[in-house]
Amino acid sequence: MIDFCGIPLAHRIINGSGTFDAIAARRVFGDALLEQFPFAAFVSKTVTLEPRQGNPPPRLWELPGGLINSIGLPNKGLAGYLQEDLPQLAELPVPLIVNVMGSRREEVAQLVSAFAEREEVAALELNVSCPNVKTGLIMGADPGELAGLLDAVRQQTDKPLIVKLTPNCASPADVAAAAEDHGADAVSLINTLRGMALDPHRPGEPWLGGGTGGVSGPAVRAIALSQVREVRERVSLPIIGMGGVQTGRHAVDLSTVGADLVGVGTESFRDPLAAARIAAEASTLNEAFPANAAPAVAVVRT
Amino acid sequence: MLTAAERWGGGEDERPFLPRAFSVMRERGGQLEFLFDDVGPGTRRLMELDAGDELLLLGPLGNGFAAPRDGRRPVLVGGGVGIAPLVIWADHLGGAQTLLGFRDAAHAEGAVLIAGAEVATDDGSVGHHGFVTDLLDLDDTIEVYACGPPPMLEAIARLGVPAQLAMESGMACGFGACFGCVVPTANGYVRLCVDGPVIHT
Repeated sequence: MIDFCGIPLAHRIINGSGTFDAIAARRVFGDALLEQFPFAAFVSKTVTLEPRQGNPPPRLWELPGGLINSIGLPNKGLAGYLQEDLPQLAELPVPLIVNVMGSRREEVAQLVSAFAEREEVAALELNVSCPNVKTGLIMGADPGELAGLLDAVRQQTDKPLIVKLTPNCASPADVAAAAEDHGADAVSLINTLRGMALDPHRPGEPWLGGGTGGVSGPAVRAIALSQVREVRERVSLPIIGMGGVQTGRHAVDLSTVGADLVGVGTESFRDPLAAARIAAEASTLNEAFPANAAPAVAVVRT
Repeated sequence: MLTAAERWGGGEDERPFLPRAFSVMRERGGQLEFLFDDVGPGTRRLMELDAGDELLLLGPLGNGFAAPRDGRRPVLVGGGVGIAPLVIWADHLGGAQTLLGFRDAAHAEGAVLIAGAEVATDDGSVGHHGFVTDLLDLDDTIEVYACGPPPMLEAIARLGVPAQLAMESGMACGFGACFGCVVPTANGYVRLCVDGPVIHT
Protein backbone atom coordinates (compact mmCIF):
# COMPACT_ATOMS: atom_id res chain seq x y z
CA MET A 1 0.00 0.00 0.00
CA ILE A 2 0.99 3.60 -0.66
CA ASP A 3 0.63 6.11 2.17
CA PHE A 4 -0.68 9.50 1.10
CA CYS A 5 -1.18 11.92 4.00
CA GLY A 6 -2.10 8.96 6.18
CA ILE A 7 -4.56 7.56 3.62
CA PRO A 8 -3.66 4.04 2.42
CA LEU A 9 -3.91 3.73 -1.38
CA ALA A 10 -3.58 0.60 -3.52
CA HIS A 11 -1.51 2.38 -6.16
CA ARG A 12 -0.41 5.84 -7.26
CA ILE A 13 -2.87 6.75 -10.02
CA ILE A 14 -5.91 8.90 -9.21
CA ASN A 15 -8.18 11.14 -11.30
CA GLY A 16 -8.01 14.89 -11.74
CA SER A 17 -11.05 16.65 -10.30
CA GLY A 18 -13.80 17.17 -12.86
CA THR A 19 -12.55 14.59 -15.32
CA PHE A 20 -14.63 11.61 -14.24
CA ASP A 21 -18.20 11.36 -12.96
CA ALA A 22 -18.21 8.10 -11.02
CA ILE A 23 -21.98 8.25 -10.53
CA ALA A 24 -22.77 8.63 -14.24
CA ALA A 25 -20.07 6.10 -15.16
CA ARG A 26 -21.60 3.52 -12.81
CA ARG A 27 -24.98 4.09 -14.47
CA VAL A 28 -23.35 3.51 -17.86
CA PHE A 29 -21.00 0.62 -17.08
CA GLY A 30 -22.76 -0.95 -14.09
CA ASP A 31 -21.12 -2.38 -11.00
CA ALA A 32 -18.33 -3.80 -13.17
CA LEU A 33 -16.86 -0.31 -12.81
CA LEU A 34 -16.54 -0.82 -9.05
CA GLU A 35 -14.90 -4.21 -9.48
CA GLN A 36 -12.11 -2.77 -11.60
CA PHE A 37 -12.22 0.83 -10.47
CA PRO A 38 -9.38 2.56 -12.32
CA PHE A 39 -8.34 5.06 -9.63
CA ALA A 40 -6.63 4.52 -6.26
CA ALA A 41 -8.63 7.43 -4.82
CA PHE A 42 -11.54 9.31 -6.33
CA VAL A 43 -11.55 13.12 -6.52
CA SER A 44 -15.06 14.43 -7.09
CA LYS A 45 -16.03 17.45 -9.18
CA THR A 46 -15.80 20.86 -7.56
CA VAL A 47 -18.58 21.53 -5.05
CA THR A 48 -19.70 25.11 -4.41
CA LEU A 49 -22.02 26.39 -1.69
CA GLU A 50 -24.84 27.13 -4.13
CA PRO A 51 -25.84 25.04 -7.17
CA ARG A 52 -24.31 26.05 -10.51
CA GLN A 53 -25.65 25.33 -14.00
CA GLY A 54 -22.27 25.69 -15.64
CA ASN A 55 -21.40 27.62 -18.79
CA PRO A 56 -23.56 27.80 -21.91
CA PRO A 57 -22.53 25.46 -24.74
CA PRO A 58 -20.43 24.97 -26.74
CA ARG A 59 -18.13 23.80 -23.98
CA LEU A 60 -15.42 21.90 -25.87
CA TRP A 61 -12.85 22.61 -28.55
CA GLU A 62 -10.45 19.98 -29.81
CA LEU A 63 -6.82 21.07 -30.07
CA PRO A 64 -3.63 19.64 -31.46
CA GLY A 65 -2.93 17.15 -28.67
CA GLY A 66 -5.70 18.08 -26.30
CA LEU A 67 -8.78 20.14 -25.78
CA ILE A 68 -10.07 23.36 -24.28
CA ASN A 69 -13.01 22.96 -21.94
CA SER A 70 -15.28 25.64 -20.64
CA ILE A 71 -17.60 23.62 -18.42
CA GLY A 72 -18.07 26.15 -15.64
CA LEU A 73 -18.18 23.79 -12.65
CA PRO A 74 -21.82 22.67 -12.80
CA ASN A 75 -22.79 21.07 -9.49
CA LYS A 76 -25.74 20.61 -7.17
CA GLY A 77 -24.36 22.86 -4.45
CA LEU A 78 -23.34 21.72 -0.98
CA ALA A 79 -26.82 20.61 0.15
CA GLY A 80 -27.47 18.69 -3.09
CA TYR A 81 -24.03 17.08 -2.98
CA LEU A 82 -24.45 15.94 0.63
CA GLN A 83 -27.91 14.56 -0.02
CA GLU A 84 -27.61 13.05 -3.51
CA ASP A 85 -23.97 12.56 -4.48
CA LEU A 86 -22.08 11.77 -1.29
CA PRO A 87 -24.05 8.57 -0.43
CA GLN A 88 -23.33 7.22 -3.93
CA LEU A 89 -19.68 8.23 -3.91
CA ALA A 90 -19.28 6.58 -0.52
CA GLU A 91 -19.99 3.25 -2.25
CA LEU A 92 -16.84 3.51 -4.34
CA PRO A 93 -14.15 1.00 -3.37
CA VAL A 94 -11.52 3.74 -2.88
CA PRO A 95 -11.03 6.77 -0.60
CA LEU A 96 -12.99 9.89 -1.57
CA ILE A 97 -11.37 13.30 -1.94
CA VAL A 98 -13.87 16.17 -2.16
CA ASN A 99 -12.89 19.23 -4.19
CA VAL A 100 -14.44 22.52 -3.02
CA MET A 101 -14.42 26.11 -4.23
CA GLY A 102 -15.79 29.41 -2.95
CA SER A 103 -15.51 33.03 -3.94
CA ARG A 104 -14.91 34.24 -0.34
CA ARG A 105 -12.71 32.74 2.36
CA GLU A 106 -15.76 32.29 4.63
CA GLU A 107 -17.50 30.29 1.91
CA VAL A 108 -14.55 27.94 1.54
CA ALA A 109 -14.35 27.62 5.34
CA GLN A 110 -18.05 26.74 5.44
CA LEU A 111 -17.58 24.05 2.77
CA VAL A 112 -14.53 22.58 4.51
CA SER A 113 -16.32 22.59 7.83
CA ALA A 114 -19.35 20.82 6.31
CA PHE A 115 -17.14 17.91 5.23
CA ALA A 116 -14.92 17.86 8.31
CA GLU A 117 -17.11 15.43 10.24
CA ARG A 118 -18.12 13.24 7.30
CA GLU A 119 -16.53 9.82 7.63
CA GLU A 120 -17.09 9.17 3.91
CA VAL A 121 -14.56 11.88 3.07
CA ALA A 122 -10.85 11.05 3.31
CA ALA A 123 -9.46 14.43 2.29
CA LEU A 124 -10.38 17.79 0.83
CA GLU A 125 -8.93 19.50 -2.19
CA LEU A 126 -9.22 23.28 -2.52
CA ASN A 127 -9.91 24.60 -6.02
CA VAL A 128 -8.19 27.98 -5.77
CA SER A 129 -8.53 28.97 -9.44
CA CYS A 130 -11.38 31.33 -8.60
CA PRO A 131 -11.22 35.05 -7.74
CA ASN A 132 -11.74 36.20 -4.16
CA VAL A 133 -14.62 38.66 -4.66
CA LYS A 134 -13.27 40.84 -1.83
CA THR A 135 -9.74 41.27 -3.16
CA GLY A 136 -10.26 40.57 -6.84
CA LEU A 137 -7.24 38.26 -6.79
CA ILE A 138 -7.32 34.65 -7.93
CA MET A 139 -6.98 32.78 -4.63
CA GLY A 140 -4.29 30.46 -5.89
CA ALA A 141 -2.38 32.94 -8.04
CA ASP A 142 -0.79 34.93 -5.23
CA PRO A 143 1.11 33.54 -2.21
CA GLY A 144 -0.35 36.10 0.23
CA GLU A 145 -3.88 35.48 -0.99
CA LEU A 146 -3.50 31.72 -0.59
CA ALA A 147 -1.95 32.13 2.86
CA GLY A 148 -5.02 34.13 3.92
CA LEU A 149 -7.33 31.47 2.60
CA LEU A 150 -5.51 28.65 4.40
CA ASP A 151 -5.47 30.63 7.65
CA ALA A 152 -9.27 30.86 7.36
CA VAL A 153 -9.93 27.19 6.55
CA ARG A 154 -7.13 25.15 8.18
CA GLN A 155 -8.73 25.15 11.61
CA GLN A 156 -12.03 23.82 10.19
CA THR A 157 -10.79 20.27 9.73
CA ASP A 158 -8.21 17.68 10.72
CA LYS A 159 -8.59 15.98 7.36
CA PRO A 160 -5.77 16.38 4.85
CA LEU A 161 -6.09 19.62 2.86
CA ILE A 162 -4.77 19.52 -0.69
CA VAL A 163 -4.27 22.77 -2.60
CA LYS A 164 -4.88 22.45 -6.35
CA LEU A 165 -2.35 24.89 -7.75
CA THR A 166 -3.10 26.93 -10.84
CA PRO A 167 -0.49 27.23 -13.59
CA ASN A 168 -1.99 30.60 -14.55
CA CYS A 169 0.19 32.69 -12.26
CA ALA A 170 3.69 34.12 -11.94
CA SER A 171 5.13 31.39 -9.70
CA PRO A 172 3.28 28.23 -8.73
CA ALA A 173 6.32 27.33 -6.58
CA ASP A 174 5.90 30.51 -4.50
CA VAL A 175 2.23 29.65 -4.00
CA ALA A 176 3.15 26.06 -3.07
CA ALA A 177 5.63 27.38 -0.48
CA ALA A 178 2.87 29.56 1.01
CA ALA A 179 0.60 26.49 1.08
CA GLU A 180 3.23 24.54 3.02
CA ASP A 181 3.86 27.39 5.47
CA HIS A 182 0.16 27.83 6.18
CA GLY A 183 -0.80 24.27 6.93
CA ALA A 184 -1.65 22.54 3.66
CA ASP A 185 -0.98 18.79 3.68
CA ALA A 186 -0.35 18.40 -0.05
CA VAL A 187 -0.48 20.20 -3.36
CA SER A 188 -1.82 19.02 -6.70
CA LEU A 189 -0.80 20.42 -10.07
CA ILE A 190 -1.26 21.38 -12.77
CA ASN A 191 -4.79 22.66 -13.23
CA THR A 192 -5.72 23.58 -16.81
CA LEU A 193 -4.05 26.47 -18.61
CA ARG A 194 -6.29 29.30 -19.73
CA GLY A 195 -6.87 29.30 -23.47
CA MET A 196 -9.39 30.17 -26.13
CA ALA A 197 -10.49 29.34 -29.65
CA LEU A 198 -12.23 31.49 -32.25
CA ASP A 199 -15.46 30.46 -33.94
CA PRO A 200 -14.62 29.49 -37.53
CA HIS A 201 -17.97 30.84 -38.72
CA ARG A 202 -18.12 34.13 -36.78
CA PRO A 203 -14.92 36.12 -37.30
CA GLY A 204 -13.39 37.34 -34.05
CA GLU A 205 -16.00 35.72 -31.80
CA PRO A 206 -14.98 33.10 -29.22
CA TRP A 207 -16.13 29.54 -29.92
CA LEU A 208 -16.67 28.56 -26.29
CA GLY A 209 -19.84 29.69 -24.54
CA GLY A 210 -17.73 30.76 -21.59
CA GLY A 211 -15.37 32.81 -23.78
CA THR A 212 -12.16 31.25 -22.52
CA GLY A 213 -11.52 27.78 -21.14
CA GLY A 214 -8.88 25.46 -19.76
CA VAL A 215 -6.35 23.64 -21.93
CA SER A 216 -5.61 20.03 -20.98
CA GLY A 217 -4.24 16.88 -22.55
CA PRO A 218 -0.84 15.97 -24.00
CA ALA A 219 -0.40 19.60 -25.10
CA VAL A 220 0.29 20.58 -21.45
CA ARG A 221 2.44 17.60 -20.41
CA ALA A 222 5.79 19.38 -20.74
CA ILE A 223 4.48 22.28 -18.66
CA ALA A 224 3.28 19.91 -15.95
CA LEU A 225 6.64 18.18 -15.82
CA SER A 226 8.47 21.46 -15.40
CA GLN A 227 6.09 22.89 -12.79
CA VAL A 228 6.06 19.70 -10.69
CA ARG A 229 9.84 19.76 -10.62
CA GLU A 230 9.89 23.44 -9.69
CA VAL A 231 7.39 22.90 -6.86
CA ARG A 232 9.30 19.84 -5.60
CA GLU A 233 12.43 21.95 -5.29
CA ARG A 234 10.58 24.34 -2.97
CA VAL A 235 8.36 22.15 -0.76
CA SER A 236 8.55 18.81 0.99
CA LEU A 237 4.76 18.31 0.93
CA PRO A 238 3.35 15.32 -0.96
CA ILE A 239 2.60 16.28 -4.57
CA ILE A 240 -0.14 15.01 -6.87
CA GLY A 241 1.26 15.59 -10.35
CA MET A 242 -0.94 15.71 -13.43
CA GLY A 243 -1.11 17.14 -16.92
CA GLY A 244 -1.34 15.20 -20.16
CA VAL A 245 -0.56 11.79 -18.68
CA GLN A 246 -1.37 9.13 -21.28
CA THR A 247 1.02 6.30 -20.51
CA GLY A 248 2.87 4.64 -17.67
CA ARG A 249 6.02 6.36 -18.88
CA HIS A 250 4.40 9.77 -18.38
CA ALA A 251 3.36 8.80 -14.85
CA VAL A 252 6.87 7.62 -14.01
CA ASP A 253 8.29 10.84 -15.48
CA LEU A 254 6.16 12.97 -13.15
CA SER A 255 7.18 10.77 -10.25
CA THR A 256 10.84 11.16 -11.18
CA VAL A 257 10.59 14.94 -10.85
CA GLY A 258 8.78 14.76 -7.52
CA ALA A 259 5.15 13.62 -7.74
CA ASP A 260 3.95 11.15 -5.08
CA LEU A 261 0.66 10.44 -6.83
CA VAL A 262 -0.21 10.96 -10.48
CA GLY A 263 -3.54 12.28 -11.76
CA VAL A 264 -5.13 11.18 -15.02
CA GLY A 265 -7.71 13.49 -16.57
CA THR A 266 -8.25 14.07 -20.26
CA GLU A 267 -7.01 10.59 -21.17
CA SER A 268 -9.98 9.09 -19.29
CA PHE A 269 -12.26 10.85 -21.81
CA ARG A 270 -10.68 8.74 -24.54
CA ASP A 271 -10.82 5.54 -22.51
CA PRO A 272 -12.64 5.25 -19.16
CA LEU A 273 -10.15 2.61 -17.99
CA ALA A 274 -7.06 4.51 -19.13
CA ALA A 275 -5.94 5.03 -15.53
CA ALA A 276 -5.87 1.27 -14.90
CA ARG A 277 -3.77 0.76 -18.02
CA ILE A 278 -1.43 3.59 -16.98
CA ALA A 279 -1.01 2.06 -13.50
CA ALA A 280 -0.22 -1.33 -15.06
CA GLU A 281 2.29 0.19 -17.49
CA ALA A 282 3.96 2.23 -14.77
CA SER A 283 4.31 -0.86 -12.59
CA THR A 284 6.39 -2.53 -15.28
CA LEU A 285 8.72 0.48 -15.48
CA ASN A 286 9.24 1.46 -11.86
CA GLU A 287 8.93 -0.55 -8.66
CA ALA A 288 7.49 2.44 -6.78
CA PHE A 289 4.31 1.91 -8.85
CA PRO A 290 2.14 -1.02 -7.76
CA ALA A 291 -0.18 -2.40 -10.45
CA ASN A 292 -3.95 -1.98 -10.54
CA ALA A 293 -6.19 -4.65 -12.06
CA ALA A 294 -5.49 -5.01 -15.76
CA PRO A 295 -7.88 -2.97 -17.88
CA ALA A 296 -10.43 -4.63 -20.11
CA VAL A 297 -10.29 -3.11 -23.57
CA ALA A 298 -12.30 -4.55 -26.41
CA VAL A 299 -10.63 -4.35 -29.80
CA VAL A 300 -12.95 -4.77 -32.77
CA ARG A 301 -11.67 -5.76 -36.17
CA THR A 302 -13.22 -3.89 -39.08
CA MET B 1 16.17 18.08 -42.40
CA LEU B 2 13.36 16.10 -43.92
CA THR B 3 9.61 16.50 -43.62
CA ALA B 4 7.03 14.41 -45.46
CA ALA B 5 4.39 16.56 -47.07
CA GLU B 6 1.47 14.53 -45.74
CA ARG B 7 0.55 12.84 -42.45
CA TRP B 8 3.62 14.20 -40.70
CA GLY B 9 1.55 15.31 -37.72
CA GLY B 10 -1.62 13.53 -36.72
CA GLY B 11 -3.72 14.94 -39.56
CA GLU B 12 -5.36 18.33 -40.01
CA ASP B 13 -4.14 20.55 -37.14
CA GLU B 14 -2.75 17.31 -35.66
CA ARG B 15 -6.31 16.19 -35.03
CA PRO B 16 -8.28 14.01 -34.38
CA PHE B 17 -7.51 13.65 -30.69
CA LEU B 18 -10.86 12.83 -29.06
CA PRO B 19 -13.07 9.88 -29.97
CA ARG B 20 -16.14 10.66 -32.09
CA ALA B 21 -19.75 9.75 -31.26
CA PHE B 22 -21.84 7.84 -33.83
CA SER B 23 -25.15 6.05 -33.95
CA VAL B 24 -25.07 2.42 -34.93
CA MET B 25 -26.72 2.40 -38.36
CA ARG B 26 -27.41 -1.31 -38.58
CA GLU B 27 -26.51 -4.65 -37.08
CA ARG B 28 -26.29 -7.56 -39.48
CA GLY B 29 -24.76 -10.98 -38.92
CA GLY B 30 -22.82 -9.90 -35.85
CA GLN B 31 -21.39 -6.84 -37.59
CA LEU B 32 -22.12 -3.22 -36.76
CA GLU B 33 -22.50 -0.71 -39.57
CA PHE B 34 -21.95 3.03 -39.29
CA LEU B 35 -22.68 5.91 -41.67
CA PHE B 36 -20.04 8.62 -42.10
CA ASP B 37 -20.03 11.99 -43.82
CA ASP B 38 -16.60 13.41 -44.57
CA VAL B 39 -16.90 16.61 -42.52
CA GLY B 40 -13.62 16.86 -40.61
CA PRO B 41 -10.40 15.16 -39.52
CA GLY B 42 -12.16 12.53 -37.38
CA THR B 43 -14.57 11.26 -40.02
CA ARG B 44 -11.85 11.52 -42.66
CA ARG B 45 -9.56 9.27 -40.64
CA LEU B 46 -12.35 6.76 -40.00
CA MET B 47 -13.19 6.67 -43.70
CA GLU B 48 -9.58 5.79 -44.48
CA LEU B 49 -9.77 2.59 -42.43
CA ASP B 50 -9.15 -0.61 -44.33
CA ALA B 51 -10.50 -4.08 -43.66
CA GLY B 52 -8.49 -5.54 -40.77
CA ASP B 53 -7.52 -2.17 -39.29
CA GLU B 54 -8.19 -2.00 -35.56
CA LEU B 55 -10.75 0.27 -34.00
CA LEU B 56 -11.42 1.14 -30.38
CA LEU B 57 -15.13 1.07 -29.67
CA LEU B 58 -16.93 2.13 -26.49
CA GLY B 59 -20.63 1.48 -26.41
CA PRO B 60 -23.52 1.24 -26.67
CA LEU B 61 -23.95 4.49 -24.76
CA GLY B 62 -26.93 6.70 -23.98
CA ASN B 63 -30.66 6.20 -24.45
CA GLY B 64 -31.96 5.05 -27.83
CA PHE B 65 -35.44 5.27 -29.30
CA ALA B 66 -38.28 3.76 -27.25
CA ALA B 67 -41.44 2.02 -28.47
CA PRO B 68 -44.27 4.31 -29.62
CA ARG B 69 -46.52 5.54 -26.81
CA ASP B 70 -50.13 4.30 -26.62
CA GLY B 71 -49.95 2.25 -29.81
CA ARG B 72 -49.15 5.29 -31.94
CA ARG B 73 -48.09 4.88 -35.56
CA PRO B 74 -44.35 5.53 -35.90
CA VAL B 75 -43.20 7.96 -38.58
CA LEU B 76 -39.45 8.24 -39.17
CA VAL B 77 -38.01 11.58 -40.29
CA GLY B 78 -34.33 11.92 -41.15
CA GLY B 79 -32.04 14.55 -42.57
CA GLY B 80 -28.66 13.97 -44.19
CA VAL B 81 -26.26 11.70 -42.31
CA GLY B 82 -28.81 11.78 -39.48
CA ILE B 83 -30.69 8.99 -41.20
CA ALA B 84 -28.28 6.48 -39.59
CA PRO B 85 -30.18 5.67 -36.37
CA LEU B 86 -33.45 5.51 -38.31
CA VAL B 87 -32.11 2.60 -40.36
CA ILE B 88 -31.66 0.33 -37.33
CA TRP B 89 -34.92 1.61 -35.84
CA ALA B 90 -36.82 0.81 -39.05
CA ASP B 91 -35.28 -2.68 -38.92
CA HIS B 92 -36.38 -3.01 -35.31
CA LEU B 93 -39.93 -1.86 -36.02
CA GLY B 94 -40.16 -4.14 -39.05
CA GLY B 95 -40.82 -1.17 -41.34
CA ALA B 96 -42.45 2.21 -40.86
CA GLN B 97 -43.38 5.25 -42.91
CA THR B 98 -40.08 7.06 -43.51
CA LEU B 99 -39.40 10.56 -44.79
CA LEU B 100 -35.82 11.55 -45.61
CA GLY B 101 -34.42 14.93 -46.54
CA PHE B 102 -31.11 15.58 -48.30
CA ARG B 103 -29.14 18.46 -49.74
CA ASP B 104 -28.97 17.12 -53.30
CA ALA B 105 -29.23 14.03 -55.47
CA ALA B 106 -25.78 12.73 -54.51
CA HIS B 107 -26.61 12.70 -50.80
CA ALA B 108 -30.12 11.38 -51.52
CA GLU B 109 -28.57 8.09 -52.63
CA GLY B 110 -28.56 7.30 -48.91
CA ALA B 111 -32.33 6.82 -49.13
CA VAL B 112 -31.78 3.25 -50.35
CA LEU B 113 -30.87 2.34 -46.77
CA ILE B 114 -34.56 2.34 -45.77
CA ALA B 115 -37.01 0.53 -48.05
CA GLY B 116 -39.90 2.66 -49.27
CA ALA B 117 -38.55 5.96 -47.94
CA GLU B 118 -40.06 9.15 -49.37
CA VAL B 119 -37.46 11.76 -50.28
CA ALA B 120 -37.20 15.53 -50.27
CA THR B 121 -34.17 17.54 -51.44
CA ASP B 122 -33.16 21.14 -50.88
CA ASP B 123 -32.44 21.62 -54.59
CA GLY B 124 -35.39 19.61 -55.88
CA SER B 125 -33.16 17.25 -57.84
CA VAL B 126 -34.88 14.21 -56.33
CA GLY B 127 -38.33 13.88 -54.79
CA HIS B 128 -40.09 16.78 -53.15
CA HIS B 129 -38.43 20.18 -53.60
CA GLY B 130 -38.35 21.59 -50.05
CA PHE B 131 -38.25 20.58 -46.42
CA VAL B 132 -38.71 16.94 -45.46
CA THR B 133 -41.21 18.07 -42.83
CA ASP B 134 -43.50 19.23 -45.70
CA LEU B 135 -44.12 15.51 -46.35
CA LEU B 136 -45.48 14.87 -42.84
CA ASP B 137 -49.16 13.98 -42.75
CA LEU B 138 -50.01 15.29 -39.31
CA ASP B 139 -52.68 13.58 -37.29
CA ASP B 140 -53.03 12.79 -33.63
CA THR B 141 -52.20 9.09 -33.95
CA ILE B 142 -48.53 9.40 -34.94
CA GLU B 143 -45.26 9.50 -33.06
CA VAL B 144 -42.32 11.03 -34.87
CA TYR B 145 -38.81 9.57 -34.63
CA ALA B 146 -36.31 12.07 -35.96
CA CYS B 147 -32.61 12.65 -36.43
CA GLY B 148 -31.03 15.35 -38.51
CA PRO B 149 -29.80 18.93 -38.47
CA PRO B 150 -30.90 21.12 -35.54
CA PRO B 151 -33.32 23.31 -37.59
CA MET B 152 -35.17 20.15 -38.72
CA LEU B 153 -35.44 18.86 -35.14
CA GLU B 154 -36.60 22.27 -33.94
CA ALA B 155 -39.30 22.32 -36.63
CA ILE B 156 -40.50 18.89 -35.52
CA ALA B 157 -40.51 19.89 -31.86
CA ARG B 158 -42.81 22.81 -32.79
CA LEU B 159 -45.37 20.53 -34.48
CA GLY B 160 -46.93 19.57 -31.18
CA VAL B 161 -47.01 15.81 -31.87
CA PRO B 162 -45.23 13.30 -29.64
CA ALA B 163 -41.69 12.98 -30.91
CA GLN B 164 -38.41 11.33 -30.05
CA LEU B 165 -35.52 13.46 -31.28
CA ALA B 166 -32.04 11.97 -31.59
CA MET B 167 -29.80 14.98 -31.06
CA GLU B 168 -26.12 15.62 -31.64
CA SER B 169 -23.47 17.57 -29.76
CA GLY B 170 -19.70 17.56 -29.65
CA MET B 171 -18.54 15.09 -26.99
CA ALA B 172 -15.20 14.35 -25.37
CA CYS B 173 -16.09 11.13 -23.54
CA GLY B 174 -19.60 9.75 -24.17
CA PHE B 175 -20.12 8.46 -20.61
CA GLY B 176 -20.93 11.52 -18.54
CA ALA B 177 -17.43 12.47 -17.43
CA CYS B 178 -16.66 15.68 -19.28
CA PHE B 179 -19.98 17.59 -19.10
CA GLY B 180 -19.14 18.98 -22.53
CA CYS B 181 -22.16 17.83 -24.54
CA VAL B 182 -24.96 19.65 -22.70
CA VAL B 183 -28.00 21.07 -24.44
CA PRO B 184 -30.48 23.46 -22.80
CA THR B 185 -33.87 21.99 -21.81
CA ALA B 186 -36.75 23.14 -19.63
CA ASN B 187 -34.96 21.39 -16.74
CA GLY B 188 -31.63 23.12 -17.32
CA TYR B 189 -28.64 21.71 -19.16
CA VAL B 190 -28.64 17.97 -19.75
CA ARG B 191 -25.77 15.82 -20.93
CA LEU B 192 -26.73 14.29 -24.27
CA CYS B 193 -24.40 11.33 -23.74
CA VAL B 194 -26.13 9.99 -20.62
CA ASP B 195 -29.53 11.76 -20.62
CA GLY B 196 -29.89 11.57 -24.43
CA PRO B 197 -29.13 11.51 -27.24
CA VAL B 198 -32.84 10.77 -27.71
CA ILE B 199 -34.97 13.49 -26.12
CA HIS B 200 -38.74 12.95 -25.81
CA THR B 201 -41.12 15.82 -26.52
